[in-house]
Order: sequence, then structure tokens, then C-alpha cells
Amino acid sequence: MEIQSLENIIAEHPFFAKLDPAHIGLLVGCASNVRFEPGKYIFREGEEANHFYLIRQGRVSVEISPPQRRPIVVDTLDEGEILGWSWLVPPYQWRFHARAVDSTRAIALDGKCLREKCESNKELGYELLKRFSQIVGGRLDATRLQLLDLYAAH
Amino acid sequence: MRPVPWVVRQVTKETPDTFTLVLDPPKGARGRFTPGQFSMLWVCGVGELPISISGDPTRPESLTYTVRSVGAATQSLVTRQAGQTVGVRGPFGKGWPIEAAKGRDIIVAAGGIGLAPLRPVIYHVLANRSHYGRLTVLYGARNPRDILFRKELAAWAKLPDTQVFSTVDYGGVSWRGHVGVVTTLFKMLRLRPVLTTAMVCGPEIMMRVVARELLARGLSGDQLFLSMERNMKCAIGLCGHCQWGPHFVCKDGPVFPFSQIAPLLDRYEL
Repeated sequence: MEIQSLENIIAEHPFFAKLDPAHIGLLVGCASNVRFEPGKYIFREGEEANHFYLIRQGRVSVEISPPQRRPIVVDTLDEGEILGWSWLVPPYQWRFHARAVDSTRAIALDGKCLREKCESNKELGYELLKRFSQIVGGRLDATRLQLLDLYAAH
Repeated sequence: MRPVPWVVRQVTKETPDTFTLVLDPPKGARGRFTPGQFSMLWVCGVGELPISISGDPTRPESLTYTVRSVGAATQSLVTRQAGQTVGVRGPFGKGWPIEAAKGRDIIVAAGGIGLAPLRPVIYHVLANRSHYGRLTVLYGARNPRDILFRKELAAWAKLPDTQVFSTVDYGGVSWRGHVGVVTTLFKMLRLRPVLTTAMVCGPEIMMRVVARELLARGLSGDQLFLSMERNMKCAIGLCGHCQWGPHFVCKDGPVFPFSQIAPLLDRYEL
């Protein structure tokens, strides 16, 4: 029953739109439901990156800890968004911390499991790489705008 | 055209460096303006500055300006005391297309102090609610301390057919709101591009990227309006200080349709 539900959720998610049903089946085999309480760290910088998450409900902050300073939130992700791309890119380590701001429900996809499937199924690997490239590109654009410090008194 | 002395009724601190001044008119005068217009505000012995009107256009008994203190002239404005005077010329320029936008959904997209020239649009739409479709306010600030009109943003968000999305570029861990540049708010938008007029004000690069996002979502360049800022001096198109390509920003703007100014937007020498 849970597998069916996961399959529907993944198949209907815009990130996986038009993905071959066989590939959806492969994803579902690596998926599970997870829940994070407010304030709970989902992952921390430097840890092994072996998952990514489809956020179903709640808000997650992406944080960085500057030396000798309190962490800074550099991005937030909400319902429907994808958290995490480091699982796909060597050395498979998280670059930032991710923390649940609100009570957060998500589908976790096991990156280790998916990497193995991508190695043996290059078509799936290419599809995922294309889709994650858009996420990485969008976040790179946003980061460059942040670096401009648009609203500072120049 | 000489400045007319208006009397400071009140100065309110909005953020650490931004203040709102309410000015009362001299006897017999009224503060009529179109949302998006600006005045030239003069402090004797210091100088004159173009400042957008940020108050309610349905209340002409005063004029309201929101000023960010970034130099000597703006500092002298925001440190005026109640009862002191400020010289006022104007209002000047072409404002937001509030008449042409009747019957349409309205997107107000603002960055930083750019919310000030757009606040009169929001007041106008809310005062004439049946004349407009959905109202969506997208607002980006540098950090939570710099969010302008915070209480009003929260109040507007509770109104029917009105959505308010705000974000900050950086937040501390205690901040529970959205973090990310203003363009990251577009993922929350339910846009009806053919029915929508967008009005955008903020740093020029912010307006460019917001325009790019809106056009990518199907909005027409004729229904997308930006408020430009140049060095306005005479404010009536004579001195040429604010010339921008073929336009005088003070007279032909400050609000322009995107389709009219798109070729000028990424030319750094203008």
C-alpha cells in the first residue's frame, strides 16, 4: 500500500514529469517516507550525501556555519521542492547543513541505491543528471544574485 | 517652480536606516498624486532629492515619503523633527498604470526600498477592490531587519484575493520565513499571464531578473512596468540630468513599460 502511494507521489511530482514509468519504478524501489521535527538537522556539512528528498510538507533551511559565527540561512525549501543534489556528484558529501524549520514530511530517495541503478541503467542516469542540472543551475543563479548584495547601500 | 514648505507631522523609523515622513500641506494645498509619482524634497542648506511618494493616494490631506538614509541629504531629511519644514516640488512623472490595469490581476514585485513607490498601488487596489482581480505582492529584502512595512505586509496577506510572499537574502537560524533572492518566490506564484499586469521596483538588476522570470512565464512586455531611477534634478525634463537613451526619466517615467525600455536595460554606459 505504501509502495503504491509512493509511486503515485513520485510519478505526479513535476520534477519527475514525463519520466519513463519503468524509471519511476526504479526510483520507488529506493524511496521511503520520512518525517523531521522542527529544529532537527536532516544532514550536516561534510557528512556523506546518500539521499535526496522530495519535500511534501513543511520548510527546510539550508545553512552554512561561518567560522566563529552563528549559522546563516542561505536558502529555504518548501513543499514540492527537491532537497539535496550532492548524492549525485563525487565526493558525495553534503556542502551545507539542512534543518527542518517546521514539522517536515518528505520522501527520501536513497542516493547510494540510485547511483548503483544509474551505473547499470545509463538512460536513468542521464535523465536524473538532466533534471538535477536544472536544480543546480537555478541555485547557482540565485547564489550569484545573492552575492551581488542587491539591497546594500552601494 | 519653487519648493513649497510642508510641515513634518511625523517621522517613523521603519528599519535601521529607513524612515517614513508624513508631511502636512500649507493652508489650502492638498497632496494629490498618482501612485508611482515622485516629489523633489528640499532641505534648506543641504539639497534637493527626488523621493517617491509612499502614502495612500486616497488620503490627500498629507504626503508620505519613505527615505533610506544613505548620505548627507537623505540623513538631513530623516532627522527632521515634527514641526520643521521640508520644501516640496511636485508630484512629478508618470506613475503606475492603475487605470489601464483595471479588471486585471496585479503583481507587485519589490526589492528593498522599492516597496515604497509600490505601496500606493497596493492602497489603491485595496481601496478599489472590485476593479481588480487577484493582488499578489512579492517582496525581497536583504535580511529580516530590513523588511519594510512589516505589519502591513502581514495584514495584506490576510485579505481575500491577496497573496503576499516575502523573502530575505540571508536569515539567521531564528528566522522562520522564506530565504532566497526574490526570484525564488516565483515558484509559489499561480500566474494567469494573459490577465496579469506586473509592476516592479527595486535595484535595476533585480528588476531585470524579475522581468526575465515574468516574461518566461508568459507575461507580455506591454503588461510589465518598471520604475527607473536616475539623477533627477529639474524633474520637468529640461536639465537633462536624468536622460536615459531617448527618455527623460523624470518626465517620461519613472514608470516605463518593459517593452519600451528593454534595449536600454543592460547597457552599462547609460
